[in-house]
Amino acid sequence: MELVEAIILSVLAASTPLLIAATGELVAERSGVLNLGVEGMMIVGAACGFGGAWLSGSIVIGSICGMIAGTLLSLIFAMMTLGLAVNQVATGLALTILGIGLSGLIGAGFVGERITPAPHLYIPGLTDIPLVGRILFGEDAFIYLSLALVVAVWWFLYRTRAGLILRACGDNHISAHALGYPVLRIRMYAVMFGGACAGLAGAYLPLAYTPFFIPGMTAGRGWIALALTVFASWMPSRLVIGAYLFGAVTILQLHAQGAGIGIPSQFMSALPYLATVIVLVLLSRARTGGSTAPAALGTVFVPDR
Amino acid sequence: MQLVLEKRAERSNTIALVSPLIAIGMTIVTMSILFAILGKNPISALGVYFIDPLTDGYSLQEIAVKATPLVMIAIGLSLCYLANAWNIGAEGQFLIGAVAGSWIAVKTQGTDAGYWVLPAMLLVGAAAGALYALIPAICKVRFGASEILTSLMLVYVADLFLDYLVRGPWRDPAGFNFPTTAEFDPVATVPVLIEGGRLHLGAIIALVVVAAAAVLLGRTIKGFEIRVVGAAPRAARFGGFNADQLILLTFAISGALAGLAGIIEVAGPVGHLQPGISPGYGFTAIIVAFLGRLNPIGILIAGLFLALTFIGGEQAQIAMKIPLDVTKVFQGILLFYVLACDSLILYRFRLISSSPRVQSGTG
Repeated sequence: MELVEAIILSVLAASTPLLIAATGELVAERSGVLNLGVEGMMIVGAACGFGGAWLSGSIVIGSICGMIAGTLLSLIFAMMTLGLAVNQVATGLALTILGIGLSGLIGAGFVGERITPAPHLYIPGLTDIPLVGRILFGEDAFIYLSLALVVAVWWFLYRTRAGLILRACGDNHISAHALGYPVLRIRMYAVMFGGACAGLAGAYLPLAYTPFFIPGMTAGRGWIALALTVFASWMPSRLVIGAYLFGAVTILQLHAQGAGIGIPSQFMSALPYLATVIVLVLLSRARTGGSTAPAALGTVFVPDR
Repeated sequence: MQLVLEKRAERSNTIALVSPLIAIGMTIVTMSILFAILGKNPISALGVYFIDPLTDGYSLQEIAVKATPLVMIAIGLSLCYLANAWNIGAEGQFLIGAVAGSWIAVKTQGTDAGYWVLPAMLLVGAAAGALYALIPAICKVRFGASEILTSLMLVYVADLFLDYLVRGPWRDPAGFNFPTTAEFDPVATVPVLIEGGRLHLGAIIALVVVAAAAVLLGRTIKGFEIRVVGAAPRAARFGGFNADQLILLTFAISGALAGLAGIIEVAGPVGHLQPGISPGYGFTAIIVAFLGRLNPIGILIAGLFLALTFIGGEQAQIAMKIPLDVTKVFQGILLFYVLACDSLILYRFRLISSSPRVQSGTG
């Protein structure tokens, strides 16, 4: 039973960066902007987050550094795609290439250093309950925060006027513009929110998942987060299921490798990536009746006056 | 004051020509600032990056060697991007091509196999790259799955597969446990052009690829169809062009070229299969394709320029202890400026005084 508990704990930890990054990207995509730079913003968030925490000794300051870094990168993206009407796919790729280089430069001074990872909640009595105690009441703050974030985003998108306007921009920017909504400004805020989330998700890795920074430590998680938004049909609630499913695949392949089941480790490591491809195919296939993607996703909008 | 975009009546051909130059100029200014922040003298750093490699024969050959895979991959990618098909997994197709071609080299090692080995390796490498690229293309055409994500996921899979082979079944028994195959036999090696030099036959193949792409795009119906499907999908539908078929075709061509580049790299400059055979050629080629304006001749020039940054980056690391990541930052910034300047081809930038109703995203 302890093994089951350990597996569930590690699945939650592995899923959290995916969930945070995907939630941010979901908001950006709901406003009609496809930001493929999630991987780049995450890896810079990881480098800045670790740097901030290592210099200040505070996990909170580290997380904030990661979020600021992600937001700044997303602002470059917003300037390019919204301000200059540049192709979003190409700009997102540029952001990822730039991010990988920047994170190497920023993180070079911190490689090999260690910090005390984010503390886990402990409530006497509750956390000590066998089996469920540690899973429900013994996580680090990021995990609770990620779930709160999903609920907040769901509430914002479906229960507030601002969320309705944001979705309108993503579905038909010409109508939204005609109604007098500042489409580009709304999109800029959405992209910045996505950047902050990606930065936080990146910072989670060296602050809570492993207590050190290594270059390239995001290892494609940003791309998996992008796939998750497709998996979730752009609905926050399904994002939770998707993120935990992917976290489970990641952790189970690790345990399978540890148990030595005779399959080369590289094949097991490839599982999360293969699972992404398969899920994308199956979901896209199931949705032949009409796409659930925001209708204006990835298209350029230049307001005419 | 606000910046607004105004659509030009027609695309500006002047700017289409000069925009890569503006972009390179702005990148160099930005890099100078970065060098200064890193505490290096910008002038001498730029000299080491862009001038020194051009002054000796060894570096000039090395630039051509590095440009070979970049140009070959970027030519293929440009066809995809022209057709509005987003293959960003060229790195994976490059690796799979290298693996598949190496299979013949490994299996014939130490036998008296003749001169058919190298041509067979190149053929198998290209075919494997094409098949690997067809996976995301078919997923896209048949099921509507985003080719961006699937082609990228397959990069990680290819990387792990190569890693498995050189650590497992193909590892050189005499290689002190290093993850590498044995050195390829002479018949399985791409011949060098100058005795004792590094420049190899692959450079000629890359030039042939450039010429073939120029003919395909400029002189054939298929090339015309590729350009129309990307630029005006509605017109292409009225013209009866089969967009799905063109996605499959462009993906297959770009996969084949990436795979060919992969096996040439392994059978040429590297000489054996090992992890890390590519310093991100498949991703840098994306920049090459855009910097070259998706035009074959442009790509040739852009490929040489980015190869120069690889060599310059290595020399700057040795001579001035500038970290290698600076090269990636440089490449990322360059792509940003190229894309931003491209916006000038279609739009005119104007500064206007603020009005409450109109907002631009930069505000």
